[in-house]
Amino acid sequence: MLGIPDPAIWMALVLCLASTVLCVIYGALNWNRDDDSVCESPDRERAWEKEEERLEEEL
Amino acid sequence: MQPASPLVLAAATSDIRVLVIVTLIYVLIIGYLGFYGYKTTHTSTDYLLAGRNIHPWVMALSYGATFISTAAIIGFGGVAAQLGMGLLWLTCLNIFVGIFIAFVLLGKRTRRMGHNLDAHTFPELLGRRFDSRFIHVFAACVVFLLMPLYAAAVLRGGAEFLRATFQIDLVVATFAFALIVATYVVAGGLRGVMFTDALQGSIMFVGMLVLLGITYSKVGGVVEGHRALTELASQVPEGLAGAGMRGWTAMPSFGSPIWYSMVTTIILGVGIGVLAQPQLAVRFMTVRSGRELNRAVLVGGVFILVMTAVPYLVGSVSNVYFMKTQGTLALTGAGGNIDQVIPLYINSAMPSWFVVLFMLTLLSAAMSTISSQFHAMGTAIGRDIYEQGLRRGRVTGAASILVTRVGIIVAFAITLALALWLPAGIIAAATAVFFGTCAAAFLPMFVGGLFCRGVTRAGAQAGMVAGFLAALLWLAFAHANSARRLMICKTLFDRDSLVPFPWSSIDPLVIALPISILTTVAVSLATRRLDDGHLDRCLAGVGKRPTGT
Repeated sequence: MLGIPDPAIWMALVLCLASTVLCVIYGALNWNRDDDSVCESPDRERAWEKEEERLEEEL
Repeated sequence: MQPASPLVLAAATSDIRVLVIVTLIYVLIIGYLGFYGYKTTHTSTDYLLAGRNIHPWVMALSYGATFISTAAIIGFGGVAAQLGMGLLWLTCLNIFVGIFIAFVLLGKRTRRMGHNLDAHTFPELLGRRFDSRFIHVFAACVVFLLMPLYAAAVLRGGAEFLRATFQIDLVVATFAFALIVATYVVAGGLRGVMFTDALQGSIMFVGMLVLLGITYSKVGGVVEGHRALTELASQVPEGLAGAGMRGWTAMPSFGSPIWYSMVTTIILGVGIGVLAQPQLAVRFMTVRSGRELNRAVLVGGVFILVMTAVPYLVGSVSNVYFMKTQGTLALTGAGGNIDQVIPLYINSAMPSWFVVLFMLTLLSAAMSTISSQFHAMGTAIGRDIYEQGLRRGRVTGAASILVTRVGIIVAFAITLALALWLPAGIIAAATAVFFGTCAAAFLPMFVGGLFCRGVTRAGAQAGMVAGFLAALLWLAFAHANSARRLMICKTLFDRDSLVPFPWSSIDPLVIALPISILTTVAVSLATRRLDDGHLDRCLAGVGKRPTGT
């Protein structure tokens, strides 16, 4: 296959491509899934964190 | 694997003015991205975790670019020229384990648990998961003590490249390279590191794709090139044939020295060892949600395919090119120096404009790896050891960022000193030491901590110490290739290894990881579990898919 006689080598090549296809399909199918972000927006989280740090420093 | 002097030949024939101008433009853009990171960094979460809201493409490219150093392209490309396409199994593991398993199974849980525990570094995540300051500080010390050696190897490679390109002194090149990287890491934190990584990863991706295309066009196409390579099997040097090599398109004979070296050290050692690399694992905590990791899987898979398969294919096929044009094998043409094969090939076969692109590719590979190493070492010294270990968390706000910045400067100084003064042999072995010890010490408790409530604090501590010691001892006294370079076994026992073949060819990971796993399980079964309240807090939402998305 592809000019490579040893199955152990062309199988590696095929599995490389198959693994990549798996990554692409998984990424595409789950493109908008698993949005489990804890905060609503980064800005809000940052504001919260700054407030926390201010309070800690005051304490 | 440490390139001795990459691109010496290529640089000598390139127009130095073009190289200088292109490199200066490149450094200016890198500087701007570092500055952008600085301007958008306000809190310690920004500095340590890029604000936990990095774009998935940036995350994936940064992960890949950090993973792939100059040595992976030059060093492993040279190994492929010598040993053939069996290295493609490493690409399989890099994609399936290093991207798919890492992102989908470990990454999402790491991100969620990191958020639950407000962890900012990999050692902090492990320490808080098992409620153990010992684990936290021990893990940070492993990073602090061993990563400088690994970083020194990458730094030396990058400096050699600068020395060859600009014809400057090695000490000046080493200092300049380290200073440029350290400046944008200190200023921009992880945000600066990841933005620059993304640019560098993009350059690397284009460079490798072009290299692949031109290479196959030079040897008459994919199938024709592979056929010609297969026909070269009769030219395998006697020494390699005796050690098990059967040609460049065939796996080495099962159980031969080359087979053990290729399968355990290169394929398993690097392929699995990547899962517990602190500078990579921390990237899972930089994205906002599991959705970003899903998207990053797509980008990361394609990126790693190109970045790892191309050097192995090109390295192997370069033998056909050299045989056609010079009547010799690639390694023979390079004077027997594995690290000179790819530079020689680039110089001989590629158009001059590609030499410039390839140099940028190598510079990017070195910079993206070492910037993440500086950041990981800096956070280990500043955040983990000083702030959390010595000051017990009594450092907050701007002082916390300052402490980490000082930590990065300390890491910079140590790495610079090691790169300049350590013998090349020890530096080359250092990469194996870091990969082996990290995987053996951290992987069982990292995976156990993400998936299993039954792993106890004592189990995690015992497994970590057992794996760490087993890996170190195996490297120093058993694994002949590393032990020879470290010279401890030779000094004490006047032998390269205390164990016979095939044990002396087996990578430390294959020995130390099972020891670490067994120790973790056995001690966990015999000791008291962490309390349910703590476990509930650690694992809240971990492994669960959000509804309604």
